[in-house]
Amino acid sequence: MYANASFLVALPELILSTGALVLLMVAAFAGDRHTRAVGWASVALFAAAGVAAVLQASPEPAFGGLYRGDSFAAFSKVVIYATAAVSIIIAPGFFERGGALRAEYPILIVLAGVGMGVMVSAADMLTLYVGLELQSLAAYVLASFMRRDARSAEAGLKYFVLGALASGILLYGISLLYGFTATTSFEGIAAAMKNGLSIGQVFGMVFVIAGLAFKISAVPFHMWAPDVYEGAPTPVTTFFASAPKVAAMALLARVVVEAMGPQTDAWRQIIIFSALASTVLGGVAAIVQTNIKRLLAYSSINNVGFALFGLAAGTPYGVSGTLTYMLVYVVMTTGAFLCVLQMRDVEGNYVEGIASLSGLSRTRPGLAAAMAVFMFSLAGIPPLFGFWPKFLVFDALVRVGLAPIAAIGIAISVISAFYYLKIIKTMYLDEPAHPYAPATSRVEYGLMTLSALFVSPLGYLAIPVLGATSLAAAKALF
Amino acid sequence: MNQLGFPILTIMIAVPLVAALWCLLAPGDEAARSNSARRVALAATLIDFALGVLLWASYDVGGAQWQFVENVPLFGRFAWALGIDGIALMLIMLSVFLMPICIGASWEAITKRVPEYMAAFLLMETLMIGVFAAQDLFLFYIFFEAGLIPMYLIIGVWGGVDRVYASYKFFLYTLLGSVLMLIAMLWMASFAGTTYIPTLMQTDFPVDIQTWLFLAFFASFAVKMPMWPVHTWLPDAHVQAPTAGSVILAGVLLKMGGYGFIRFSLPMFPEASAQLVWLLWGLSMVAVVYTSLVALVQQDMKKLIAYSSVAHMAFVTIGLFAFNRQGLEGAMLVMLSHGLVSGALFLCVGVIYDRLHTREIARYGGLSDNMPRYALLFMLFTMASVGLPGTSGFVGEFLSLVGSYRASSWVAFACTTGIILGAAYMLYLYRRVAFGTLDKPDVAAMPDLSLREIALLAPIAAVVLWMGVYPESFLRPMRNDIGTLIARTERARPAGDAQLAAGAPAVRPVAALEETH
Repeated sequence: MYANASFLVALPELILSTGALVLLMVAAFAGDRHTRAVGWASVALFAAAGVAAVLQASPEPAFGGLYRGDSFAAFSKVVIYATAAVSIIIAPGFFERGGALRAEYPILIVLAGVGMGVMVSAADMLTLYVGLELQSLAAYVLASFMRRDARSAEAGLKYFVLGALASGILLYGISLLYGFTATTSFEGIAAAMKNGLSIGQVFGMVFVIAGLAFKISAVPFHMWAPDVYEGAPTPVTTFFASAPKVAAMALLARVVVEAMGPQTDAWRQIIIFSALASTVLGGVAAIVQTNIKRLLAYSSINNVGFALFGLAAGTPYGVSGTLTYMLVYVVMTTGAFLCVLQMRDVEGNYVEGIASLSGLSRTRPGLAAAMAVFMFSLAGIPPLFGFWPKFLVFDALVRVGLAPIAAIGIAISVISAFYYLKIIKTMYLDEPAHPYAPATSRVEYGLMTLSALFVSPLGYLAIPVLGATSLAAAKALF
Repeated sequence: MNQLGFPILTIMIAVPLVAALWCLLAPGDEAARSNSARRVALAATLIDFALGVLLWASYDVGGAQWQFVENVPLFGRFAWALGIDGIALMLIMLSVFLMPICIGASWEAITKRVPEYMAAFLLMETLMIGVFAAQDLFLFYIFFEAGLIPMYLIIGVWGGVDRVYASYKFFLYTLLGSVLMLIAMLWMASFAGTTYIPTLMQTDFPVDIQTWLFLAFFASFAVKMPMWPVHTWLPDAHVQAPTAGSVILAGVLLKMGGYGFIRFSLPMFPEASAQLVWLLWGLSMVAVVYTSLVALVQQDMKKLIAYSSVAHMAFVTIGLFAFNRQGLEGAMLVMLSHGLVSGALFLCVGVIYDRLHTREIARYGGLSDNMPRYALLFMLFTMASVGLPGTSGFVGEFLSLVGSYRASSWVAFACTTGIILGAAYMLYLYRRVAFGTLDKPDVAAMPDLSLREIALLAPIAAVVLWMGVYPESFLRPMRNDIGTLIARTERARPAGDAQLAAGAPAVRPVAALEETH
């Protein structure tokens, strides 16, 4: 492929990075007064990049096999860009009240978007690392965006230190793989692994998967998530819980399938362990939480565990289940965080205690209904759409003969149903506590309604389209 | 299409759903919304009842096995496939018959958050009809599971003092039971390559896998039914639920377990059913004797009826797993009869609870003096629960016991003691509530049944007598379907120990014969 054709494959990243640089200049000269305009411009950038990703989808590798713009990358990028755009749209209201409305926020998200795009398109360990670091660096800054707030600063620092450790582990794994396969390209690694797995390759594989597990906050590399989620400003937490998760999960899928595909039995054990541990720990630890953001952090650990079950199947069908899972999950979790953003006391201060939701169904019935939809959906109770991705990942497991694992996994989901029910109980069964301030932003309310409608039973009508596109995307890996 | 020319099942599912949305979204102030919600809910349930009558009237007995079939591949992986046979028809009739009565029972008893309450009940109706009409495996599962959400809210929001505990227990218990069923369904769908229930009912699953599949379905249906020892959620849920919630729980939701056994476990896993038949029989025998004894010592009326439900459901399971016509028809009739009778008994409890706000049996006494009409109807339902000939309870329990006797005389023996114990606890309850001296002033001040309450109980009483005197009306639509089921399970039927067999005539010498003449 010619160089310019390669650039065409990387068009979404080019759009985003050039756009980010231009917006940075605009922000530097126009100041923070135009933050909202910069935000909408960033959303437009994401929209353009999304269109480019879909139109440029081709199975040919670019830049001499370093980069791929296949339908898998396109699917992931569309989900990533959409959720990243949402976390820009919901931010101004929050930061205005906190006095931190600055134009860097949307630009940092765009830069993280570039990194995430590179992550899902990477076909080489080094491209992977560059993308991952670009995304992470932007994320560290975002976590401590409210720099005068001690919790936010602490979250950023914690994220940075632990993230650096994970990067180290990942790099160590990459260097081991390079040492024992003499290549960093996914294709080359797969070719080297075809004839058995040397002990060095095993170590490399474990370290790479461990490093990536940190990014999706799968157990046992989940410790950072609750602290960071709680400390970071809520729009940033929304972002952390959605787009980077999708990117890291897609990346993990590409690495295990494209690079380690010949040794499915070897990595499957790791993934199954991590999936089981994540679902159990995410479920049990969430029960005692009193802070809604912390609870949603454990909920995200729990859900990532379920998404991993699809990956553990190691089939196109399983990967498409994981992709669908991540898509539905980001809608549910973004919706839940949109509800959290509505939790303001009468003076307009944000509250995060679960107890403050008491009797919400009486004081704000619409908000309570939306939250209830998201909670039942996260718990995977039909007829809400959150049931469907769980169905898909367990179906994939059953089809490869792992029905016992599926049975254990689905039994664990009952544990997590408990704490989602706890929130419903607080909202519907308890007596009203202090009322919240009335809703102000129509955009937030509109987004919340849209997400709620998507995870309502109406979502089932999307199954034919969703199934076909995610399966096409997953097949691009095999 | 079907014999009616319009998709009646979809409409029956849609009517309460639309009404529920209207209840939730209607504008206006609290009082106006409550009033309109009550009316809309009653109208919607009555429309569904009328449609149900139309459904029954146009059901072609002896015609195709599956009627009113609709099949739209709407969801890619599974379809909006509906259709009923006689068994489903009868259970749908039960649901649509009880729903207007439930709405009527809540007319005055529920005063807070009426629109939400009515919406929850209407959603329940949508889901119940969906469960019985679904012809797609996963569509069935979605309807089956979705019922947890409205029932959780009904118990949790409008329940008694301990409602939070009861609602959690109900939700988690039944959820844990049914998730394993999903895994089994996934396996079956990938084995058979279809999710269409009528096809799956013809599929022969490998015998060694059947056991696992059966156990997974059993986990779900046994909890729903409920069978001993996983019945403990039921007394809590019943005691805490509002009256109408108890009616629908006992009347219809418990029948989903029995319906599951008859629709899935028996035709799809006949070998496993026969293999594990002693598990079913054993649990049923324990349930009949044990829960009847527990019912005998209850101080709380609702708890007593809840335990009696567990005992009655055991008559269903022994009938179902008798593998013969009497047993299966008996089991279906027990289900229908119990749906009516226990619903009516909970309504009777609700009537006096609304007046005195206690369910403690000892607080009442002598009601036959000041509430004669109430005492009469209560007596009728007590007798029906006991199984007095002439009431619906007798027909079902008798057939069920006859069927189980043909399969195993010991099971029949153990379960027949339940009839005696049932008479004991029900008559004891009736004696304490209705007879005795009317010495408590607040009890004496209770007025007799209002017109509304009579309107709720009288239709049930009429059907109970109808089913008791002429059960043929209810058996006729189901006969062919039960015949199909028996033909399907015949190959696995366990040998009974009490089958009548023609013996060989004794051979006596001709000479001896002549001598006697």
